[in-house]
Amino acid sequence: MFDSAFRMRAGLAVFAVTAGAALLPVSAQADGVVNVYSQRQPFLIQPLLDAFTEETGIQTEVLHLDEGLPERIAAEGENSPADVILTVDIGRLVAVVDAGVTQPVENDVIYEAIPSQYRDPEGHWFGVTTRGRVIYASKERVEQDTITYEELADPKWKGKVCMRSGQHQYNIALFASMIAHHGEEQAEEWMKGLKENLARKPGGNDRGQAQAIYAGECDLGLGNTYYVGLMMNNNEEPEQQEWADAIKVLFPNSEDRGTHVNISGMALAKNAPNKENALKLMEFLTSAEAQAIYAEENYEYPVLPGAAVSETVQSFGEIKPDTLPLADVAKYRKAASEMVDRVGLDDGPAS
Amino acid sequence: MSSFILKAPLSPPTAGTGKTRRQRHPAALAVTALVAAAVLLPILAVIVMAFSGTGADWPHLARYVLPQSVTTTFVLLALVAVGSSVVGVGCAWLVVAYEFPLRRTFAWALVLPLAVPPYLAAYAFGEFFHYVGPVQTAIRTLFGFTRPGDYWFPDIRTTTGAAIVMTCVTFPYVYLTARVVFVMQGRNIADVARTLGAAPARVFWRVLLPVARPAIVAGVALVLMETVNDFGAVQYLGVRTLTLAIYSTWLNRGSLEGAAQIAVVMLFLVFMLLTAEQMARRKQRFHSARGTQMKARPPRIALSGWRAGGAFAVALVPILAGFGIPLAVFGRYALNRLHQFTEPALAEALVTSIGTALATAVLAIAVALLLLYAARLVRTRRMMLLVRFATIGYAMPGTILALGLLISLARFDNFIDGLAREYLGLSTGLLLTGSAAAVVLACAIRFLALAEGAVQAGLEKLPPNLDEAARSLGRSAPASAATILLPLLKPAIFTAGILVFVDTVKELSATILLRPFGFNTLATYVYENASRGAVEEGAMAALFIIATAIVPVILLSGPLMRDRDA
Repeated sequence: MFDSAFRMRAGLAVFAVTAGAALLPVSAQADGVVNVYSQRQPFLIQPLLDAFTEETGIQTEVLHLDEGLPERIAAEGENSPADVILTVDIGRLVAVVDAGVTQPVENDVIYEAIPSQYRDPEGHWFGVTTRGRVIYASKERVEQDTITYEELADPKWKGKVCMRSGQHQYNIALFASMIAHHGEEQAEEWMKGLKENLARKPGGNDRGQAQAIYAGECDLGLGNTYYVGLMMNNNEEPEQQEWADAIKVLFPNSEDRGTHVNISGMALAKNAPNKENALKLMEFLTSAEAQAIYAEENYEYPVLPGAAVSETVQSFGEIKPDTLPLADVAKYRKAASEMVDRVGLDDGPAS
Repeated sequence: MSSFILKAPLSPPTAGTGKTRRQRHPAALAVTALVAAAVLLPILAVIVMAFSGTGADWPHLARYVLPQSVTTTFVLLALVAVGSSVVGVGCAWLVVAYEFPLRRTFAWALVLPLAVPPYLAAYAFGEFFHYVGPVQTAIRTLFGFTRPGDYWFPDIRTTTGAAIVMTCVTFPYVYLTARVVFVMQGRNIADVARTLGAAPARVFWRVLLPVARPAIVAGVALVLMETVNDFGAVQYLGVRTLTLAIYSTWLNRGSLEGAAQIAVVMLFLVFMLLTAEQMARRKQRFHSARGTQMKARPPRIALSGWRAGGAFAVALVPILAGFGIPLAVFGRYALNRLHQFTEPALAEALVTSIGTALATAVLAIAVALLLLYAARLVRTRRMMLLVRFATIGYAMPGTILALGLLISLARFDNFIDGLAREYLGLSTGLLLTGSAAAVVLACAIRFLALAEGAVQAGLEKLPPNLDEAARSLGRSAPASAATILLPLLKPAIFTAGILVFVDTVKELSATILLRPFGFNTLATYVYENASRGAVEEGAMAALFIIATAIVPVILLSGPLMRDRDA
């Protein structure tokens, strides 16, 4: 292939032309378009966007990003094509706002649809769905049907608890809520107790915890509600239905402050080139129609009061969400993350 | 070839010769400097990011994070270094020096584990060796156990487990670079040793291994850099390395500066490691002074009986582990989702992946050749350091490197846009950021170390007088490089091409951060379908990644093997 300088130069020329063609900026700023920068997977939001296009005639362009979404919009600056930002987890929503790439929204439709604990008092971010951080318990080996997060530190569960990494955003948000409720000192004592109760070093994903309970490695696991729905309805891998069948969903603290919930949410980009359309999309996502799609396809809880949850999710029982504003949870994320390091939670149990 | 029986001017390069050479190629050097600067841009941006911070994260890091994560990182690196060199060198020597059943198949199949992204391998190992996985289920059925406490089974979620996973998917770096040397080196120095009475084992340990050392080290360096930059596998396996600390500092504590600071410290450690190694072998040079040994070699030693069986098994195990297990796990998921096979989105992703990987391979090889040739011409320590430093981005977590590039490119875009608005009254928008060019650029910079490592390993085998001879006969430097060096480097360039192509097909973190609207590769397809904990949904695309990576491996192994067999 590279047997002469000439051929090599020719190769480079071909490359230059290819690269040159690719250089042409993708213009997605025409009329009737809204550009979505999303940390949620396209297949999850596509049904919603399709319904939106059908209703309004406005086309959607989606860019799926992961870590670095706020940094990218910030770097793009005034030329950023981003209109609407969709993401999961309160921490990420706040990170987007902290990067200074959002603008406040004052819109009655949106404000009325979303209860105040699920939106930013300043109007920079809005929750569109919620999910409970619940406890998966072995049907076979756990008799009680109620539980609290606090109980996870009770020595009676020594060697019985499984979880994914303490530094995962879902756990960080839960720990932040513990700090918000109990103060840092007490929360740290609790975390030390939790660490001692672990059956093994934290790892895997939420489903892995259900799998571990099924396998008898532990009796309790921390996980999000919708994973159970996904496992129960996984027809391709029926063994996952067995894992789901081995556990029951316990909603912690149902009898006092309620279960910690996290959100998936949205924000309006600071330099949104299609602001009108962006607002239309944001309104749509909080509409009864969109909320129903979220509930049915993703096994999430709609934020819109009164919107129905899917049958699968109903089968878990009633959720009573913690009313602590998520903005407060966000405040303690850094403290929670440092606490996980300090306690050495991810090292697993001492012995 | 045999006409180059010149005395090699192996006197150490002096500053004087360096200067005269530099004066002779001002244009070439200017281009080189420009390319090096472009390659260094994202790394420099990360360094700037690190120094723009306050250092407020360090008390916490120094007390609670670094002691543990530095230790874990070094233990992991040490285990992977030993594992990958033993497996890589052993297999390379086996297929080059011996004849045993299916040897030719093994020769290329040993590269296959490279096609498996580490995070998918970690997942596959986790499932395969899990309590409900096939291995433990078989053990229980066989021995009649019923509960986890009935028997002992090693835990994959440990530093050792992570080391095994990383070794299984990265040893081909060592295998490839070592094989290139064993192939190019020829056997005549081994034959000399043998005729002087050395036993085969002694020949291997005392002659061939030292000769191959630079290449082995280059391969191990790649393995270690990939291990250091890995996030997905160690996160899944719960092994707390420095890279995990980078992510938690950035994402959970909102400190990108702090994350950049850890990344820079990590780079510094890797850089010191590589430099120390290079210093240690500065005095050793193993050029072959004649070109004849590129051709005509004695036949391989034919193995038979239990020896042949043993060789067969030794070559088979790493393939089964690094390729077979992931293939089995994802193959089963994919079989449950055959309808995905015909999805147009998957075909589009395939085409995009191949195009991106080809462009990246060409660019990375061109840059690597340019930098290495410049280093060869100038031959000063500073130049070698620059080249080494330019490739160090591979040791950085992909997202962090991509962020560095993103920030630099966006500055450039907005600067051009500002100029255009001011003087032309029009907006150019974002020219580079978020176009496919940014992805190709990022991957080429990220994987430059792969191209550089492979080409360098080949280049070190060539006597420096080869192209000098051509130039003394009146050829220009570029012409002698093109007509003399490039053909001889073909195996090394092929190797570099495979490595960069395969890694680009697997690449996720830079692609996902920098891609434009509608730009989907196989890796992003897997990720989009798998990131909600439903890895199964991405299984078909994962198999496509593996299949895409196999094709160049097979295509390019042909010429490589023919070179050897001629």
